[in-house]
Order: sequence, then C-alpha cells, then structure tokens
Amino acid sequence: MAKAAAKKAPSRAKKTGNGAAKPAAKKPDLSASEGVAIQCIGMNKWYGDFHVLRDINLTVNKGERIVICGPSGSGKSTLIRCMNRLEEHQEGQIIVDSIELSNDIKKIDEVRREVGMVFQHFNLFPHLTIMENCTLAPIWVRKMPKAEAQDVAMSFLERVKIPEQANKYPGQLSGGQQQRVAIARSLCMNPRIMLFDEPTSALDPEMIKEVLEVMVDLAQTGMTMLCVTHEMGFARQVANRVIFMDEGQIIEQNEPGEFFDNPQSDRTKLFLSQILH
Amino acid sequence: MSDTTKSFEGWIAPRQPPSGTVGAVGWMRENLFSSIGNSIMTIIGLALIVYTVPGIIDWAFLSADYTGESRKDCTSDGACWALVAVRWKQLFYGFYSTSPGGGSLWRPNLAFIGLLIAVVPLLFDNVPYRRYLLLFSLVYPVLAWWLLSGGFFGLDEVSTHKWGGLLLTMVIGVVGIALSLPIGIVLALGRRSDMPAIRMLCVIFIEFIRGVPLITLLFMASNMLPLFFPEGIDLDKLVRALVVVVAFSSAYMAEVVRGGLQAIPKGQYEAADAMGLSFWKSMFLIILPQALKIVIPGIVNSFIGLFKDTTLVLVIGLFDILGMAKAAVTHADWIGLAREAYIFVGVVYFVFCFSMSRYSIWLEEKLDTGHKR
Repeated sequence: MAKAAAKKAPSRAKKTGNGAAKPAAKKPDLSASEGVAIQCIGMNKWYGDFHVLRDINLTVNKGERIVICGPSGSGKSTLIRCMNRLEEHQEGQIIVDSIELSNDIKKIDEVRREVGMVFQHFNLFPHLTIMENCTLAPIWVRKMPKAEAQDVAMSFLERVKIPEQANKYPGQLSGGQQQRVAIARSLCMNPRIMLFDEPTSALDPEMIKEVLEVMVDLAQTGMTMLCVTHEMGFARQVANRVIFMDEGQIIEQNEPGEFFDNPQSDRTKLFLSQILH
Repeated sequence: MSDTTKSFEGWIAPRQPPSGTVGAVGWMRENLFSSIGNSIMTIIGLALIVYTVPGIIDWAFLSADYTGESRKDCTSDGACWALVAVRWKQLFYGFYSTSPGGGSLWRPNLAFIGLLIAVVPLLFDNVPYRRYLLLFSLVYPVLAWWLLSGGFFGLDEVSTHKWGGLLLTMVIGVVGIALSLPIGIVLALGRRSDMPAIRMLCVIFIEFIRGVPLITLLFMASNMLPLFFPEGIDLDKLVRALVVVVAFSSAYMAEVVRGGLQAIPKGQYEAADAMGLSFWKSMFLIILPQALKIVIPGIVNSFIGLFKDTTLVLVIGLFDILGMAKAAVTHADWIGLAREAYIFVGVVYFVFCFSMSRYSIWLEEKLDTGHKR
C-alpha cells in the first residue's frame, strides 16, 4: 500500500518543502545536472514525530556506485526508499533523473520506470513463474510485445546465470537464486538507476557470493547503483563512494580506500571496528 | 546422487521400512487400530454401518415404489419415489409451463445447458476454444434472460411469478454468485481505500448488511421498498429478491476478500509499486490473484452458503425447490411423504454444493506454486 501512502502525503510536503524552506537553487540544478542521476537537497523525513532523515544533501552522479552503511535504524533503507517514493519525504527536494518527486502520481510512476529496486526479501511474485515475473512490468508498464519481453528477460536471466529456471515458480528456487531473479527482473525494465536494499542480508551465507558476483558484474557495466549493504568487501571492490549514516544523518562519505583505512569521525571508527572484526 | 555420496567411509545405505508400517496393513494399523480406544471406535463404527446401511438401501432402493399416480399406489414398505416422478415438473420448474402464460420447458432446459457451456471456460483454463467460449459466457446472461423471460424475438413472455423450483434456485444462486464476487472485491478494495468518503460508504454498507438477517432484508425489500417508489412503478418481486441476495452475499464476500488482501505481505505491494505499475494494474496482476487464491475456501464457503440461503425467498412468496417440495407434501395425494420429498431436495442441494466444494479443493491444488510463507 505504499502507493496509498504516497497519495496521502502531498499536502504536507508541499507546504513545508516548496513553501517555507525553499532551497536556494531549484531550477539551476535540473539544467546543470547532465551528469547527475539523483540529487537530494535539504531532505527531511519524519515517521510521525520521529525524525528519521535529517537534512540529507546528496548528489549521485551517473555511473556512480555508492554503498550506504550504518547501524540498524540509521535511516539508510529509508533514504533509498525515498528515492523511488516508496516512502515520501516531508521537506526538501529529491530529484531523480531530472524529475522532482512530489505527490504527482504520474511523475512518481515515471521515476519508478527508470529506477530498479532490489529488496532484502526479494519480493518476487509467488503466483507467477520466473519468466512471468521478469516480463510483467515490461509488458504492462513499457507496453513491450510479449515475445520481445521474453527475449529480453531470457538475456538477463542468462546474465544472472539461471536461464534454466525460467519456467519454475519462485517458491521452487533457493534464496540466492530468487535474489538473482529479482535483480534480473529489475534489469528487464532497462533502468538507469538501481537501488539495492540490503540484498544479501536475508540469504544463507553460502548464497551471498553468487548474488554479489551478479552485482559486481552489473557494476562493471556502468550502471548507477545505490546499495545499502554491510558487505564491506563488495564496497571496497566496486564502490566509488561509501556513505556512513547514523541517526538519520550522513556522518561521513569518502571513496572506499580512505573510508575504511582512514575514517574521520569517531562514530565511523566505532562502527567499522564493530563490523570488521 | 547416491553414487557420489556412497563413496565416503561409514556411509549408511537406505533400508526398507519395518514390515507392517507401509501398505494396507500399515495404513489400517496407523489409522484404525493405533490404540485401544481407536480400535474400539473402529469396531463400533463398523457395527453402526452394518446395522444401518442395509436398511437404508432397502428402504431407498430395493423395496421402493417408483411409479404411481398418488401415494395410494405406493404399496410396499419402501420409499415412494412416485412423488418425484409425478411432481418433477413443479420441483424443477415451478409453474413455468402451466397455462395460461406459461412457456415450454425447452427454454429453461436450453438455458441450463447454456449455463454449463458458459461456466466451463470460467472454471477450467485448458478447455479448447476457451477464448470463444468466454465470449459466450459474456453474452450468456442476456441470452438466459431472453430464454427464460421472453417477451420479444418470437418467445412468449413468461412472468417471473411463474418461475419456481430448481429453476428459481438456480437463477438466484447463479446471479448471486456471479455478482457477489466482483461487487465484494470492489467493496473490499473500497474499505481499504485512502479516500475517507469511499471507505466510509463501504464500511457502512458492509456493516449494515452484516448486521441484519437475510430474512429481514427480504421482508424489507418485499414490503417496504414499494413505499419508496412512486405510484405505478412495481419492481418485480424476483428482481427485489435478487438485489437483496446479491447485496447480502457481497457484504460477506467483501470481508472474505479483505482477509485475503491483508494476508499479502507489504513487500508485494512495494515490489509492484517499485516497477511503476499503476494501482489497478498492481491490484489485478499482483495482489488480487494472490489474495483470492488464499481465500478460495472462504469464497466457496460463501457461495455454498448463498446457494442454500436462496431457499429463504420462500418467505416473500417465491417458491424454490424446497418450497415446491413443501407444497407437494401438503397436497392430498401425497400427504405424509415428507421424507421422500425432503430427501430428494437434500440430494439436489448436495450435488450442487458438493461439486462446488470439490472444485474449490481442486483449484487450490492447481494454483499451489509451492510458495509457503
């Protein structure tokens, strides 16, 4: 029912976001953003009274691969869920692919067509086969002919190395396979940006590697990726930038070498010492 | 598989299970004689079967009378099925074919055959020429209405007050079933809507209908509704009953469907949203197929309940198959044959309800994709 929630939110966001605290430059950002994929300007979000995201300013360039980490409850999932409006923000701006996210359902759907998302729990559609999972959105959203959609789906299933599972149902696949299907399903929409919300944290340890391999492969194609994960090896290998969040704020961001070897804030040091045993 | 695993040391080869734990003996041991108490129950059960079943078979079939003009012709000790043989027209069609103003029986018969043809492609997806049959299903309601009620295109009009018996049961049951599911789905979605006005409307409708007995609603429809209509406009009694039955079962259906909607994990809604599917597309492609599958038992339960509740239209003077049976056994020729009449009606109801029940089980198994939440 995320859509429903999105519908409800608009009035408040308009008041606070576009009225009172008008961020300095609204138009220039759009035009000067040839190389910008996502931009958050002074973005704030509350769950009721709880201030989950505080003054987020973030620019993601096209082709950039960003890993977001931080303790649980730090708002990292919420942040990327705001970027395709699964969650709405109440203040500030989010501009994705030159489209500003507001309550306009059309704009939201436009953004969602260009932004793929992979979830922690895969969220494959259990009543549809793998092939149908992959072709559903291209057929119904992109209006692609069925045969073409199947060809596209097959090519992506080959890329995630499970073409032979195309006619099975998600319930018959292992967790790792399901997550790879979920990645293929997103890619079938030919997105410009991919969001990963802890893609490996619901997997058995044996299956993490196969999913990470697919993600590394994807990174090498130059896809813009935002990835919430605690796989620090992955971050080192593919990220251009690692962002550390705590209590709804971006505490520190740096390229991975610097970030891991020379963290600036004490909070980051503590976090790293706890996850890198 | 075994070839590769056999190799390591200390590998334990699979063995046959102990004798008497599999096969017919094993089944009986496990299900009929698993304990002293169960063994006693099994023996008592067997004794009851031996004691009652032969008598029932004898009464119902062996020494029953099948022909005759009235109950006086039933001379044996068994059942007097002559009642059914003589009164079948009323039991099945009511007064449909009685003059004046009646119609020939091929019309309801053809409508029934048409119903079967219209329903089969809806129930089974591997029927040949399903696409064309579905088109027929679409026009069937109009066709059936024309066949039964007539009045134009060369068929004489048969007023609905002549309809009765199983025909009436089927009309109310089929219309109720066909309309209550879609209306119920709309009500269920409305009840979860973000728009307060729509939500309130749906809640009020559902709770009002569920709070009032069907009989009360039928009485209200037959006695009070005319007060609201201007002079001269008289809504057909059957139409009024249909409206009430549909409204009643839709309210229940809405709650069944809502249960299914609530059982769908939030992630499914989010995944559909994240792909850019619109609200209606995500509902019809993702959410409802799963939600309805979960509540198939509940839906069919409502259908069966509805089919049996149709008999309540008796209270507003519509005679369904039970009403006709009751009328038959109060007739001087057949007085005292309540057992035969009601058993026959019971068997007819059972055939329909049991079929629905079996279909629902079959459908559940067919739609099972091995996904356990």
